[in-house]
Amino acid sequence: MTATRLPRQSSLDKQDETISFFWNNKKLNARKGDSISAALLANKYQIIGRSFKYHRARGVTSAGVEEAGALVTTGKGAYTEPNVRASTTELSEGLFVYSQNAWPSVRFDIGSILNLFGRFFAAGFYYKTFMGKTFTGKTLRDKTFLGIPPLEWGRGTGIWMFFEKFIRKAAGLGTASRQADPDSYEHLHTHTDILVIGSGPAGIQSAIQAAQTGKEVLLVEQDYAIGGTYLSWPDKSEFKTQISKLNKQNITILTRTTAFGLYDDTTIGLVEIICPEERAQKPLKPRQRFHICRAESVILATGALERNYAFVNNDLPGIMTVSSARTYLNRYQLLVGSNIMISTNNDSAYEAGLELEQAGATVTILESREQIGELLLQQISGRRINLYLGSAVAKANHGVFSPCVKQIVIAQKTSDGWRQSGSLSCDCLLISAGWSPVIHLASHQGCPIEWNKENACFISSGDDKSIFFAGSAAGIWQFEDCIQSATQVARKTKKAQKQSSIIGGWHTDIEPLYEICVPAIKGKAFIDPQHDVTASDVRLAHQEGFISVEHLKRYTTLGMATDQGKMGNIIGLALMADALNRPISDVGVTRFRPPYTSISLGALAGAHRQSHFKPIRRTPFHNWSLANNGVMIDAGLWHRPWYYPKQGENLQDAYIREATITRRSLGICDVSSLGKIMIQGPDSTIFLNRIYTNPFAKLAVGKARYGIILREDGMVFDDGTTWRLSENSYLMTTTTNHAAAVMARLEELLQTRWPELRVHVTSITDQWAGCAIAGPNSRNLLSEIVDDPSEISNETLPFMGVKQVLLQTIPCYIARISFSGERAFEVYIPSDYSHAMMQFIWNKAQMFESCLYGLEALGTMRIEKGHVTGAEIDGRVTIEDIGLGKMASQNKDFVGSALRNREMLTSPNRPQLVGIFPKDKHKKFSAGALLNEAGKTKGHPLGWITAVTHSPALGHWIALGFIEGGLTAVEDKHIVLSDELRSNFLDVEIVSPHMYDPEGTRLHG
Amino acid sequence: MIQISCPFCGKRDHSEFSYGGDGQINYPSLDAAQETWHDAVFLRENIYGRQIETWQHLYGCRSWLLVERDTRTHEIFSVKLTHADWQKMMAENR
Repeated sequence: MTATRLPRQSSLDKQDETISFFWNNKKLNARKGDSISAALLANKYQIIGRSFKYHRARGVTSAGVEEAGALVTTGKGAYTEPNVRASTTELSEGLFVYSQNAWPSVRFDIGSILNLFGRFFAAGFYYKTFMGKTFTGKTLRDKTFLGIPPLEWGRGTGIWMFFEKFIRKAAGLGTASRQADPDSYEHLHTHTDILVIGSGPAGIQSAIQAAQTGKEVLLVEQDYAIGGTYLSWPDKSEFKTQISKLNKQNITILTRTTAFGLYDDTTIGLVEIICPEERAQKPLKPRQRFHICRAESVILATGALERNYAFVNNDLPGIMTVSSARTYLNRYQLLVGSNIMISTNNDSAYEAGLELEQAGATVTILESREQIGELLLQQISGRRINLYLGSAVAKANHGVFSPCVKQIVIAQKTSDGWRQSGSLSCDCLLISAGWSPVIHLASHQGCPIEWNKENACFISSGDDKSIFFAGSAAGIWQFEDCIQSATQVARKTKKAQKQSSIIGGWHTDIEPLYEICVPAIKGKAFIDPQHDVTASDVRLAHQEGFISVEHLKRYTTLGMATDQGKMGNIIGLALMADALNRPISDVGVTRFRPPYTSISLGALAGAHRQSHFKPIRRTPFHNWSLANNGVMIDAGLWHRPWYYPKQGENLQDAYIREATITRRSLGICDVSSLGKIMIQGPDSTIFLNRIYTNPFAKLAVGKARYGIILREDGMVFDDGTTWRLSENSYLMTTTTNHAAAVMARLEELLQTRWPELRVHVTSITDQWAGCAIAGPNSRNLLSEIVDDPSEISNETLPFMGVKQVLLQTIPCYIARISFSGERAFEVYIPSDYSHAMMQFIWNKAQMFESCLYGLEALGTMRIEKGHVTGAEIDGRVTIEDIGLGKMASQNKDFVGSALRNREMLTSPNRPQLVGIFPKDKHKKFSAGALLNEAGKTKGHPLGWITAVTHSPALGHWIALGFIEGGLTAVEDKHIVLSDELRSNFLDVEIVSPHMYDPEGTRLHG
Repeated sequence: MIQISCPFCGKRDHSEFSYGGDGQINYPSLDAAQETWHDAVFLRENIYGRQIETWQHLYGCRSWLLVERDTRTHEIFSVKLTHADWQKMMAENR
């Protein structure tokens, strides 16, 4: 096949602009408006790529999204895009295009040697070789699988692992760039009354009609030119009339826009590719836009795809569909061959045949039917068209030095099947074995799909509510009928009524043609050329017991390539139906899944990448902390100060210094990320008493209390202190991580369970900045900053006291709460004043030995004290497990009180919170390590480590963890710690979790 | 990509909402027996068809809502506030 560029027929057409591009780094010229396929054909390139498994030469097989052969890589470096369909990608000036899966070149590819070993790579190859045992059993037909010597000898061993790498490397398509995507993408929410998908005759007509009823209409077209099938016709007059009508209506038209998925509530995923030319001028434009389109109803004018059929070597370059030859002729002025063979089983191929003949080619039609309509016969009489009735292709042969089609072996229909009858030479073979309406989008939504026997295709009629079909997507073949169906659909989209049936429309019925199998002719007949799935693979799958189409698909990978079997699926189903001796309608069809054509992940990600992947929450002190050398760490969405290194300090140096200075004198820490919830209303006390395990009924105004909230199943949900600010208002603090969940939970309880409670909850986390001031000098510092120091004495503000005080005339809250175990206060400042107030406090702190401390030092001090955090409260612990059983009131009912008493939750053998010391005080260990009794290190462990730190107060590494039965159960046992990952094994001592100052003397006074 | 009509805020994308759970459970009082609580917390119907469930309009008015939804098609039949008095109040103020 050598394509020829023809002159434009009409002198009225504007002069064609020439653009240049690079094919495997060679500069070539093409016409503006060409697809990559058209440009390559015009430059006489027929071999575009190498196939997935067998490295067979592949060329252009279509002019649309069903393309199975001409897959290329475009762009260079970070702009590399693999597996681009050459048939639908518009050529832009300077575009780099590369062939795929070939080395050293696409014409001479070493990998094609795999083609000779094809019989080893049949369906299930990997399962049989790598999972040997499972599949060496007996098949349904009682045949034992034979292995593939010499490969089977090493099955399941290192030898296989060695081979596997090469096999995997040899198979495949294009290679993606490893660099980050330099382009930007956008997300849009698009709303319309009616979305029309496809701009062919039916799409344009339904858009016009729908717009005339006053509806807002959006018309999307995946191609870079509007027109669909119109573009493939020689006569453009009808098209021009319709376009002028379309332009008169208020219709939004998006080209280069694929409707890739149909979702609930008539939501359609659209990906719009921005015109490359436009982007060349405006580089800040996004590369693609992802529209989440919501429509009242959607009209699928998505057309139909022409099918191939299985015969030996049906994948040779030079074999394509009839309609694509027509598109290349009329849209791109390319005559795909001079000696053209057409093989068909339906009426649609004849028009193309006539046009190709008119353009100067010799045309031979192999018609599988034994009779065709009078009209068709009349049309071809007197033309250079040879017609062979009852004929099809048995095999395509390539040339001696070229892998392109050169000759075909004819199959002649006889009373008992097909037999070989001579051969004919040709330079191009066009196939039309029927049409498959594009019903993918309706299938996404689960609309019923029926096999239409008369037209040998699956059709769907939508859901009659919001999903409608128009034109050949509904199985309607004649232009006038398509227009009529489009008009009907557009007018009725609001009220549901059955579509009048004008399905079909050929003069002579199609005769199903899925495979030509002639005895004595052997070779590969492809049904899914992109994944190299052959007809024999389907039969093998059936032989091995795979009878469901869903299993067939997964076993043979039929329809799982980038084209998702747009051409081949039906052949596969037909062959399976044949093997099962059942009609296709019984075998059914696999449900189509989005996306309809491959879309870039960048479009789905949109702007949600890198630092925009998720929102960042910064505390009011964020910038202040950064200015004071704070290093931040992610804590959920929050960025919290981790440590404040001095010159030359690493993390460990810094946190040890911070914890030491805090215990010795004074430390200040940002605690703003703690959840803060205002609880107000006359029933607030009742409410708190129900949600906390411990009593809150008698909490005095001006006092705080530590409380624990359980889930309904009795497990610990969250903990924190709650401050009674007045008779009817409380400030609840939660852990940073659970702040949002606690808030939603309180709202749920108030709104769904206890609507009678007069309580209002408000999140004030962001409105108040909080800092902890801890250490023996904490009160001394506060005395320097509060307006009236007598307010914060041990008598006026005892442990767990809360007070509103003026700091620099600003009302702030001070609570005497300690997480570090030291004498400590939490100061809450209105966020707007946080920066200045922190500077003020920090300036005063310079009077003492003082430091800022971060999350790491905070963690150190809480581990020393045995205070629990999210590492321990992981959703699997009861209040007893963490040693706080006394906090569960026996005198009241609270959320979780019923189920926390379940048998397994009260067992004394449950893992309980303990402290862990290494026996050798110089030893270091990590969280996640397991605890076992010495000599019993296999199997289920006794416990595990949740948090580890070097304790400056104790002078060695310590940890918190859980162990079965708790401290008392293991007192006499020799416990070892094992960390298999880090190969760390050491003897440990299990101690009380209150490892430092267990009496709590430091925080009082 | 379902949309939920919040009685306060109007029709909004489901991404603004968070799913709660089965809306037909009658949670017992806090002093109810363990068995009763067990059934309420752990026993769930796996409904194939219409079910009433709770959703919270998390990124909106934060109302907890009773949504009647078909688990097969995601079609939503009704959206109500969780409490009869509030439903009445909404109706009166409409």
